[in-house]
Amino acid sequence: MKANTPAERLVNGIIKENPTFVLVLGMCPTLAVTTSAINGIGMGLTTTVVLAMSNLMISLLRKFIPDGVRMPAFIVVVASFVTIVQMLLQGFIPSLYSALGIYIPLIVVNCIILGRAEAYASKNPPIPSLFDGIGMGLGFTLSITCIGAVRELLGAGQIFGHQILPLAAGGKFGYEPITIFILAPGAFFVLAMLAALQNKFKIGAAKRGIDPSEGCGCCAGCDTCNNTMCKGGKEA
Amino acid sequence: MEQMLNVSSNPHVRDKMTTSRIMQLVALALLPTTLFGIWNFGFRALLVVLVTVASSVFFEWLYDRLMHKKNTINDFSAVVTGLLLALNMPPQIPLWMPVLGSAFAIIVVKQLFGGLGQNFMNPALAARCFLMISFAGKMTDFAVDKLSGYHCIDTVTGATALAELKNSGFTADSISVKNLFIGNIHGTIGETSAIAILIGAVILLAFKVIDLKIPLTYIGSFAVFVILYMLGTGKGFDVNYLFSHLFGGGLMLGAWFMATDYVTTPITPKGQLLYGCCLGVVTAIFRLFGGSAEGVSYAIIFCNLLVPLIEKVTKPVAFGKGGKKA
Repeated sequence: MKANTPAERLVNGIIKENPTFVLVLGMCPTLAVTTSAINGIGMGLTTTVVLAMSNLMISLLRKFIPDGVRMPAFIVVVASFVTIVQMLLQGFIPSLYSALGIYIPLIVVNCIILGRAEAYASKNPPIPSLFDGIGMGLGFTLSITCIGAVRELLGAGQIFGHQILPLAAGGKFGYEPITIFILAPGAFFVLAMLAALQNKFKIGAAKRGIDPSEGCGCCAGCDTCNNTMCKGGKEA
Repeated sequence: MEQMLNVSSNPHVRDKMTTSRIMQLVALALLPTTLFGIWNFGFRALLVVLVTVASSVFFEWLYDRLMHKKNTINDFSAVVTGLLLALNMPPQIPLWMPVLGSAFAIIVVKQLFGGLGQNFMNPALAARCFLMISFAGKMTDFAVDKLSGYHCIDTVTGATALAELKNSGFTADSISVKNLFIGNIHGTIGETSAIAILIGAVILLAFKVIDLKIPLTYIGSFAVFVILYMLGTGKGFDVNYLFSHLFGGGLMLGAWFMATDYVTTPITPKGQLLYGCCLGVVTAIFRLFGGSAEGVSYAIIFCNLLVPLIEKVTKPVAFGKGGKKA
């Protein structure tokens, strides 16, 4: 796929450089708000909006922002969008607003947003930057929704608030919720399990089709690659 | 050159003490406690012990098998982990819970970090805490089913000694120290009988599997803290209260069998003393000021996490290094 086209940026954000499982960025909201799938979607989409808009804005302003003060400038742009989104949420979806709590204002310092602003939007034209933001945002949304769904299923027997597994109550046979998955340790367990699963499939794909001398496109080639996940491709 | 010089590469001093032998001895030392638990709580406790041990061994085998690793069930560490986990279960626990606990202990806590010797936390205790957080109700339900043929306890429902201490405040009259010591009280399968645990401890000491450093500093610092607490809160010294704390919960089992796990304790002698003191103080804080009545398991896994730091500060200076500058 040609680099820097909108479609390539979307695929890159959702799969190849998935911010949660591959770049391991934005761990704070990932671990903290994923107690249910709906929280995951809410957080993910909120971040996506901010990410896309700020990427676009920063890309448009990239020629005017002096290099020395680029970080404060990025923060100002991001914070403006976060404030807008926060007020919109408070006005129109108050339940989500209260569920996400402090993590909405904290989107300002989300490393995915600053990371993409620094690594991509400040160096590339607006359209690819916009789609980079959307792709990264959707990748993030997808990942934390998955984490949220697994935690919700194991910890409460529900998905999106619907009781999938009937609970054991009053001596009836049923699912006994494993409460720890709703609590903080559960976030780490599920994140680790999903990342491991994802790597398993990635390594499989790498073994099947990638020429080690060329690598997967993320670096100069597997021989110089530091990514331990890619190394599975040249093992044995 | 009339003498034959017998040359070999090191190690030159070998010992019969292999990993599997140590683990067998620990399992043997746990036997009195296990048997007492079964006698005390009846058939149901036996079932819990068998299921937990069998599932631990099974998960060890399964992981080795799936990961194409050398089969490690022969080192008996899975048996010990399973046994310790079983002794930490209330006798009426639904049987799938210890199975889930075994899976967590063996696969997540032990094998994913590299297997025996690499786990940073005691697997059995981590699994107990996992279950404790997840199923708080079932894990602290110490009622005994009438049909299961319990032997020794005279009441069917009942709080543990520690819960009683916590709820009824300072008066510990309802708890007899003799019963606490012998163990015909409510609690998890393995924690009730101080005397059975001490027999096991003597076996471990006799075979030099453990030494006294960690258990004594643990129990000692705990006792000192409780005494200071009694005096500090102006309630005066009460032997019953102290003994209820010493023998009424998991302290004995924890101090002799779980705080002495080789893998998750410091190797430096000074570090072991420090570790024991940390355990005592943390356990006492959890029990006296915490929300729940028991605090041994959380204290031990908490201090497991401090071990790298403790080892860092207590690392002995190598011969010829350091010392006073002339």
